[in-house]
Amino acid sequence: MSMRLRIASNIIKQGFKGVWRNKAMGLASITSITAVLLILGIVLILILSLNNIVLDTRERFDEVQVFLEDEITSAQMEEIEKKAKASNKLVSVTFKSKDEALEEMKEGWGDEGYLLEGLEENPLPHTLILKLKDIEYAEDVVKSIENLEGIEEIQYNYDIMEKLVLFTNYIRTGGLAIVLILILVSIFIISNTIKLTVTARKREINIMKYVGATNGYIRGPFVIEGVVFGLIGAIISILAVNYGYNYFFNAASDKLYVLFTVYLVPPKALMQDIVIIFTAIGAGIGALGSLVSMKRFLNV
Amino acid sequence: MIRFINVSKEYKNGVKALSNINLNIEKGEFVFLVGPSGAGKSTLIKLILKEENPTDGRIYLNNEDITYVKNRKIPYIRRNVGVVFQDFRLLPNKTVYENVAFAMEIIGAHPKEIRRNVPMVLSMVDLSKKAHNYPHELSGGEHQRVAIARAIVNSPPILIADEPTGNLDPDTAWEIMKVLRDINRRGTTILMATHAKDIVDAMKRRVVEIEKGTIIRDEEKGVYEHEITNS
Ligand SMILES: Nc1ncnc2c1ncn2[C@@H]1O[C@H](COP(=O)(O)OP(=O)(O)OP(=O)(O)O)[C@@H](O)[C@H]1O
Ligand SMILES: [Mg+2]
Repeated sequence: MSMRLRIASNIIKQGFKGVWRNKAMGLASITSITAVLLILGIVLILILSLNNIVLDTRERFDEVQVFLEDEITSAQMEEIEKKAKASNKLVSVTFKSKDEALEEMKEGWGDEGYLLEGLEENPLPHTLILKLKDIEYAEDVVKSIENLEGIEEIQYNYDIMEKLVLFTNYIRTGGLAIVLILILVSIFIISNTIKLTVTARKREINIMKYVGATNGYIRGPFVIEGVVFGLIGAIISILAVNYGYNYFFNAASDKLYVLFTVYLVPPKALMQDIVIIFTAIGAGIGALGSLVSMKRFLNV
Repeated sequence: MIRFINVSKEYKNGVKALSNINLNIEKGEFVFLVGPSGAGKSTLIKLILKEENPTDGRIYLNNEDITYVKNRKIPYIRRNVGVVFQDFRLLPNKTVYENVAFAMEIIGAHPKEIRRNVPMVLSMVDLSKKAHNYPHELSGGEHQRVAIARAIVNSPPILIADEPTGNLDPDTAWEIMKVLRDINRRGTTILMATHAKDIVDAMKRRVVEIEKGTIIRDEEKGVYEHEITNS
């Protein structure tokens, strides 16, 4: 073994000794890191799922539905189509007759579709579906046709989108702000935990300096101690998120929320990210916490 | 070995602990640093150990300018200088052997080398029998001998002692002085700050006297007090 390797192995050995010696106080660090990561996990799941909803909504609602009067003339319809297309903001225009609409509805209702059989008269209108190039054009397109003859009602979902995006932004910013604050809090907690050890070993540190120990050699074991606490916290929260979320996801899929589950991030896709993110943040909090606590002691 | 050129030290609180110190200590010398309390002896030692930076002048150690060095380099400078203090500074939860081995571990010494050198220095300070005792089982003199063993185990060319006998009774103090003399005979340069008049007088070594931060006397085979101040 070279000298460097022996020094490294000494540092690691001392670090693990420290973990064992401070296991009681370490519990506070582990708990705080676990709490931060669990909350981070929930925030991540929320953000990712909301993202799915936003993406899906964007795709699904980037159209304007123009409900037509039953007795619309083909001239009126052509006029509507022409005006709508004029601004070059559409991908396509589709006509859906009232019969097609009813048929579609029946399919959508599945087993309960027979309920619609009893209808004397089709209550659904003819519809002109204007597929937009971008959901933001909705308002312009609607304005260009809303005063034309033969239109019963125009429906579009720009509002919903806007609110959804705003809501997602709130969750994202709020969630990350909370996580950031909690990260700072746990760095503080872990640095105080380690400061207790450092203070208890002040004498030893002082002697080490006089014998010519480098700052790295003195700091190393404490950093390892912090990182180990951080990693333990990370492992606990990875397991908790894994089991907890799997359970929740399955329960949600099994029960009546099938529609809602579609938007949830699949646990498998999530776990890979969670493992990387949690490990990095756990170890980072631990290392930073101990560096903060050591800072004062290393001068001189 | 150690050279001070026009060195002054003023602490941040404004105390002028040393002014215009010129000192040259050659390899193999044994030098006593004497002077009243507050004269600046410990300050001079702290400058050599890079615990403090001088405010003026230049300091050389082994022909290397250490006046201003990066913090990162300080540990490597200290490895050339063994230190012994009045209060021993042993680790209470380590045995005598472990306390000495510790100094070798931190510089990454080979285990074989540790197993060879530690018993060697322990026998030099006559503590082989106590190798596996803990500090609380030792007398004051034995404490200081462990501290000396630790200071020399990495064979530094210089040994610095700040009042090493300050906490010991006269007989024990003499034991320590014999150990230091032996170490000096093997070629280690020694600088020792002390108030022990009889030791300084009996050893007949070079004496550097400081008062109020300046060197007022520097003589070969000197005594603790100058004749004039004696009368
Ligand atoms: N860290 C410090 N900050 C400010 N002033 C200091 C500091 N250390 C020492 N001094 C002052 O510097 C002067 C010299 O102190 P020093 O410790 O060098 O004296 P000394 O000769 O070692 O004394 P003694 O024989 O009592 O150990 C004293 O006036 C002391 O109060
Ligand atoms: Mg002193």
